[in-house]
Amino acid sequence: MTTTEHVYLYGTCTIDLFFPEAGIDAITLLEQYNIKAHFPPEQTCCGQPAYTSGYPQQAQQVALTQIAAFPENWPIVVLSGSCAGMMKHHYTHLFPDNHPQSIQAHRFSQRIVEFSEFLYHHLKITLTDYGQPVHAALHTACSARREMDTLQCSQQLLSQLHNVSVVSPAHEEECCGFGGTFSVKFTEISGAMVNDKCKALEATNIQHLISTDCACLLNINGCLAKRQKTPLQGEHLASFLRQRCQPRKP
Amino acid sequence: MPSSPFEMKASSVLQNEELQHSYRNAMDYLIKRRQQQFNDPLEWQTLRQKGTSIKTAALNDLPQLLLQLEAKLINNGIQVHWAETPDEANILITRLIKETTSSNPDLSPAPVVKGKTMVSEEIHLNQYLAQQGIPCLETDMGEFIVQLAKETPSHIIMPAIHKNKAEIAQLFKEHISGIYQDDVDILIQQARQYLRQCFENATVGISGVNFAVAETGTLVLVENEGNGRMSTTLPQTHIALMGIEKVIASLTDLPPLLSLLTRSATGQSITTYINMISGPRRKGEKDGPEKVHVILLDNGRSKLWQDASLRDTLRCIRCGACMNHCPVYSRVGGHSYGTTYPGPIGKILAPQLETQDNAADLPFASSLCGACGEVCPVNIPIPQLLLRWRQEATQQYQTNHCNHTTIPQQPTPITGLKYSRGQHLIWKTWSWINCHPKLYYFMTYLVTKWRILLPRQLGGWTLYRTPPRPASSTLHQRLKNK
Repeated sequence: MTTTEHVYLYGTCTIDLFFPEAGIDAITLLEQYNIKAHFPPEQTCCGQPAYTSGYPQQAQQVALTQIAAFPENWPIVVLSGSCAGMMKHHYTHLFPDNHPQSIQAHRFSQRIVEFSEFLYHHLKITLTDYGQPVHAALHTACSARREMDTLQCSQQLLSQLHNVSVVSPAHEEECCGFGGTFSVKFTEISGAMVNDKCKALEATNIQHLISTDCACLLNINGCLAKRQKTPLQGEHLASFLRQRCQPRKP
Repeated sequence: MPSSPFEMKASSVLQNEELQHSYRNAMDYLIKRRQQQFNDPLEWQTLRQKGTSIKTAALNDLPQLLLQLEAKLINNGIQVHWAETPDEANILITRLIKETTSSNPDLSPAPVVKGKTMVSEEIHLNQYLAQQGIPCLETDMGEFIVQLAKETPSHIIMPAIHKNKAEIAQLFKEHISGIYQDDVDILIQQARQYLRQCFENATVGISGVNFAVAETGTLVLVENEGNGRMSTTLPQTHIALMGIEKVIASLTDLPPLLSLLTRSATGQSITTYINMISGPRRKGEKDGPEKVHVILLDNGRSKLWQDASLRDTLRCIRCGACMNHCPVYSRVGGHSYGTTYPGPIGKILAPQLETQDNAADLPFASSLCGACGEVCPVNIPIPQLLLRWRQEATQQYQTNHCNHTTIPQQPTPITGLKYSRGQHLIWKTWSWINCHPKLYYFMTYLVTKWRILLPRQLGGWTLYRTPPRPASSTLHQRLKNK
């Protein structure tokens, strides 16, 4: 008999506002594997926007709110490599050793697990693909690829889906141009980057664009829709896996 | 829409399709070449770790190593000069050139040849010498082209990467041959013949230094064209210009660093020439300069050095891999930055080394994708340092406008900052909302409730994208009653 494991789900503010179904899908998917995902309503933003804009004090206040929102010593599964990177690697910069909350922040950081990393490394999940044959591309956000080093996790998960052919678009390792406030401050440069990203996606035969970061998807989906070359819209890995791995009812 | 000099220049490059194409192709080529060199991840990690610890140790021991270097150089018959500022270096170089020519009146006016040195760009040496009536000829092919075009390098390794064949052919027609032809081999031959003559007549050769070995007093210079060797051996006087961070402890430190440098920069396992200069011509030797001078330049480096985290910047061995892999650099090109060193490393060097106003903007002109940090052969945490400079920038604003105290002197404040009270207020409000979960819930609830009323145009965002459309209800709302 397997016992139910408890984890926290950190939804991220982007998913909260723009992709709430990804959060629901993640919870449902985890339930299938006997994981009870708790969603504390006190969670807000991870603080990254202020931190990367040069306002560490403001980010610190917000970080303390998050630390307080997850009291039990459960893993915190984060639906974004970027927010996970912030909470796992940058909270320690926000709370240096001499800070009164530094130990608390450090313990909190150690509990952070990115979603694909949780499925692949912690849960050691074996996926069963019930879907039709499709072509898909994985957009690995830069934080997942370089900061969290979870690229392999999502790649491995997708490779378990025998009806999904994963395609590599040109320059797939390159940033989509989002970068938070960068996309607002340097609109032309960011625009050129996301346009190139979309051109590369349009040149493939994919029906699905999957990512572990909805902030990138906000950027890419918006550009794909503006360009109107393809009906393609990216979705979170949790949503894609839930669709594929749910047994069809007879 | 573009407001800063950086954005304006970037904008014009982004609209130049040909330039976009050539930058992209060149960077893709360099990325591929580097990848082929480092296809064994373990070997890369080991070598990188080694290079990083060598440079870190050298920097931690910098004052002692510099003194040791000075003593060894003097021992080897090399004259050592210290320059704190670009002005001091320029005045020194001018004096050394004039000393050489005045001792040989027949050779006046002295033609000066220069091998590739980014430090000389940093101090604007060519312009300074020109003002003194001393022509200084660039002998690296890329630098030569850039000089003919009266421009500055757009890349630290490939200075003329922004120029196409036709533009170069036109420059050569105007300045060298008088006839337009665009066969690359012939163009190179024309430049070689022209430069060969200049090498023969030159009385002073100026070069940079890639590494200076303290243990032996050796100046190490890597290059592919042989012009570095010509510039440092043919003229009567050789002046080597180096930043103080170039010193390393011993000869055994050299092989890993050379390997990291050439493989990261051009994807070569070794450069065509590695020059190891250990002094002027000795009795009985048939070639070599009669006098060798070394100028050790500070220009803000010791300020970076004094700060524990900014010190990491000084590990840089100037390979250019960070710019090759940067999605911003490969689109806006080197000139947009308006700094001596473009790209990611330029962004974290500029606030310290440069005086231009636009340096303040640069740390923000990054999506923090981390590609630069990933390929840096000496593991400089460039994204983290960009964040640090962003904090310095806003803190300077906060210090100036909120507390009415003096600007912090360490590190040097960034000039020309345009970050307003408005921005400061936005982040305070943002923080306040996110620190009050109920307020956050209410605000996001309002956004979803009134999403129909959201503007269709959102500044620059909607030039390239449809406006972001909030969901009908937030995840918080959906999970509220569960």
